[in-house]
Amino acid sequence: MTVKDVHKDSQAMTMTITAEFDAPIGPVWQMWENPRQLERWWGPPTYPATVVTHDLTPGGTVNYFMTGPAGEQPRGWWRVIEVDAPHHLEFEDGFADQAGNPDSNMPTTITRVTLGEQPDGGTLMTIETTFPSLGAMEQMLAMGIEEGMSLAVGQIDGLLRTSVTTL
Amino acid sequence: MVVETLEQQRADLIFHALSDVTRRDIVRRAMEGGQSVSALARHYPMSFAAVQKHVAVLERAELVDKRRQGREQLVQSNIDTIRHAFRLLDQLEAIWRSRIDRFGEVLAEQNEGATK
Repeated sequence: MTVKDVHKDSQAMTMTITAEFDAPIGPVWQMWENPRQLERWWGPPTYPATVVTHDLTPGGTVNYFMTGPAGEQPRGWWRVIEVDAPHHLEFEDGFADQAGNPDSNMPTTITRVTLGEQPDGGTLMTIETTFPSLGAMEQMLAMGIEEGMSLAVGQIDGLLRTSVTTL
Repeated sequence: MVVETLEQQRADLIFHALSDVTRRDIVRRAMEGGQSVSALARHYPMSFAAVQKHVAVLERAELVDKRRQGREQLVQSNIDTIRHAFRLLDQLEAIWRSRIDRFGEVLAEQNEGATK
């Protein structure tokens, strides 16, 4: 298991998840910094992400879309708040309209990523996601239901592939 | 899917109900025990009727229940629904756990053959 700890604080409306990877900090940071790497893990297998623009500098934006099973393409964006490569990244993320412009009717979250070198050469990654309000959290997570479901389906696909490979 | 639609509708009602600061405060106060609408109304700079409307929105979202006690109707939090709202945090956890799983897989592929 790479996930080491999860902390959910319903008062602060924050979820913190900590994971450890058996890789040096450089390649772990590349997973965020390189858009081709980012799109390999951001969306679930049934909603793969395509990163259109990617500017990891303060005030910079990342624009992406996901492609669903029926060909639908929900769009999303990040607005970069702080970057201190390869240790820290903070961004606001939200949904976008079909033209890729931030949809102000939709809630946003703030995500803080912290990477730390471990004595054994591995890397500890902490992701802290904060909701601006409980209302936003609820709205956001309702929209996550769909992703949650497609992700579960994707995991079954993955398991099937694994068992085929094992045979 | 029917289940998904119902879940979505219920979620919509909950979000709408909790998107207002007064209504969130009513839920918080009602969690401490049954409160009459008139007792609740004393906490907010608005009319009794306005507070009653807020309570009705919370009732539709099943965040509070009304219970009759003598002449008064007491508003109390529906703990199950609040738990449901907090279960939504678990979904966020699931999304990030799954992202981190993929993150680890892609990273391991990249790292194959490389020495640490």
